[in-house]
Amino acid sequence: MEKPVLKGVFVNGILNENPLFRLVLGTCPSIAVSTSLTNAVGMGAAAMFVLICSNILISLLRNFIPDKVRIPCYIVVIAMFVTVVQMVLKAFVPALDEALGIFIPLIVVNCIILARAESFASKNGVAASAIDGLGMGIGFTIALMMIAFVRELLGTGSLFGVRVLPEGYPDALMFILAPGGFLVLGLLLALVNYFLSGKKKKKKKGGAH
Amino acid sequence: MILSGSPHIRSNASVTKIMLDVIIALVPACIAGVYFFGPGTLTTIALCIASAVGCEAAIQYFTKRDIAIKDLSAVLTGLLLALNLPPNVPWYLPVFGAAFAIIIVKQCFGGLGHNFMNPALGGRAFLMISWPVAMTAFLVPNGGIDAISTATPLAALTNSSVEVATIGDLFFGNVAGCIGETSAFALLIGGAYLLIKRIISFRIPGAYLGTVAVFACLTALAAPGATGSSVLETVLFHLLSGGVMLGAFFMATDYVTSPMNRNAQIVFGVGCGVVTMVIRLWGGYPEGVSFSILFMNLFAPLLDRAFKRKVFGEVRSVEEQ
Repeated sequence: MEKPVLKGVFVNGILNENPLFRLVLGTCPSIAVSTSLTNAVGMGAAAMFVLICSNILISLLRNFIPDKVRIPCYIVVIAMFVTVVQMVLKAFVPALDEALGIFIPLIVVNCIILARAESFASKNGVAASAIDGLGMGIGFTIALMMIAFVRELLGTGSLFGVRVLPEGYPDALMFILAPGGFLVLGLLLALVNYFLSGKKKKKKKGGAH
Repeated sequence: MILSGSPHIRSNASVTKIMLDVIIALVPACIAGVYFFGPGTLTTIALCIASAVGCEAAIQYFTKRDIAIKDLSAVLTGLLLALNLPPNVPWYLPVFGAAFAIIIVKQCFGGLGHNFMNPALGGRAFLMISWPVAMTAFLVPNGGIDAISTATPLAALTNSSVEVATIGDLFFGNVAGCIGETSAFALLIGGAYLLIKRIISFRIPGAYLGTVAVFACLTALAAPGATGSSVLETVLFHLLSGGVMLGAFFMATDYVTSPMNRNAQIVFGVGCGVVTMVIRLWGGYPEGVSFSILFMNLFAPLLDRAFKRKVFGEVRSVEEQ
C-alpha cells in the first residue's frame, strides 16, 4: 500500500473502479450531460482536468492540511480549478459552455473528484495521485461516452451531431430526455458489471471444484 | 409453491385461466375498435401481441428459464398495449412498445408477478414520450378508406376549437381515440364479465370511477351558471371519454401492480381518479389515465403496508403499545 504500482492505479480507474459503472459516483452530471457525444467528451475532459490538477495539489498539500477542516480545503482547491475550466470554456468554446450550463460549476461538488481527493490523493504521492486522476478521468469520460453514444444514436439518429442512421429512422425522443438517461445508465451498469464480475465468478467456481 | 396449514381452498384458478378470462373480456372492446376504425386496427393488435410474445419467449430462452408464453400473460400485455394505441400507427410503435413493456418493464424486474408497474402502460408511456406526434394522431371513426386525423373529445377541454362530442357517441365509441378506449359500452360488457366471474372486485374500478365522477361534479358546480343538466353532462363526459373505463376495469385492477388489501385498493382507486382529473384539467397532456395508474402503481406496496391488518391473536410488541 505504501507504493502503489502506477500502471495498476491507471487501469484501476478505467476498469475495476470505473467511477460511473463500478463506484456509481457522479451519476447526476452523467444523466444530465450525456445527451450527445460532444457534451460527453466536453464534460469528461473538464472533469479529467480538474481531477488531475486537484489530485496533484492535494497530494502536495496532504501533510499541511489539518484533518478537521480537510473537506473545505479540498473544495477550495477543486473550486479554483473549476473556475479555470469555466473561464477557458467561456472564452474558447462558448457553445459547449452553453450546452453544459450549470454542470460545469457543479464539478466543484462532483463526488468523483472529492472521493479521489479524500480516498487517494490525501494518502499517496504526487505521481500516483496524478496517474489516479488520469485513470479516473479517462474512466469517467469513457463511461459518459458509452451512455451518450446510445442516447444520441437512438434519440436523434446521429453521432457528434452528424446523422448516421437513415432518414427513415424515427427518433425515439425518450432517449435524450431524463427517463432515457436513467434507463441507459441502468442497463449499461448492469451490462458492464455482468462482464466485469462474470470472470471472477467463473474463477471462484473453478476454485471450489 | 407456498405450503401452509389447513384449511385449504380448492380452486381450479390458474394464471392461464385468469389471463384467458381477461382476454375474453377485452374482445368486445376489440370488436368496437375494428368496427369504428377499420380493419387496419387488426394489424396493430396482431403486431403488439406478436412482439410481446416473441420478446417474452426470446428473453426467457436467453436467460435460460422455462419458456412460459403459454400462460398468456404476454398475449394480454400485447393486447392491452394495442388497445391503448391510436389506430393506424406506424409499425414500429406496436413492435417497440411491446418489446419495451416485456423486456424492460416486466422481465428486467423478474418476470410475471415481480414487475412494479403495469407493463402495457409502461410500454405506452415509453411510446408517448418517444414518439408523441405518432401517438396522438387519432382517426375520425368510420372515416372509410381515407384516414382523416382529428383530435379526441378530451382535447376540447383545453382547446375550444375542438367540437364537443355528444354523450351517445361517447358511450358507444363513435369518437376519436385509442383503439380500445372509445367504446364505454363494450368496455362495460367486458368489465361486467370480469366482475361476474370474480376476476376483479368492484373496489378499484368503483373507487376510480366514483372519484372521477365526484371530481367532475365539483368542477361543474364551481363553473358559473351551473344547472342540473350541465353538471350531469360534465360528469358523464368525464366518465365516458378517454381511457377511464379501460383503465379502471382492465389496467388499474392488474393483480401484480395493485394493492391486495381491501382498504388499500379503495385508496388506490381514489388516487388514480384524483391524478387522472388533475392531469385532465390542469396538466400538459389531454388524458391522464395511463400516467395516473403508473403513478399509483408505485404506491401499491406502501398502501398494502399502511393498511396491514392485525393477525387474530397476534401479540402487540412493546414499542407499538
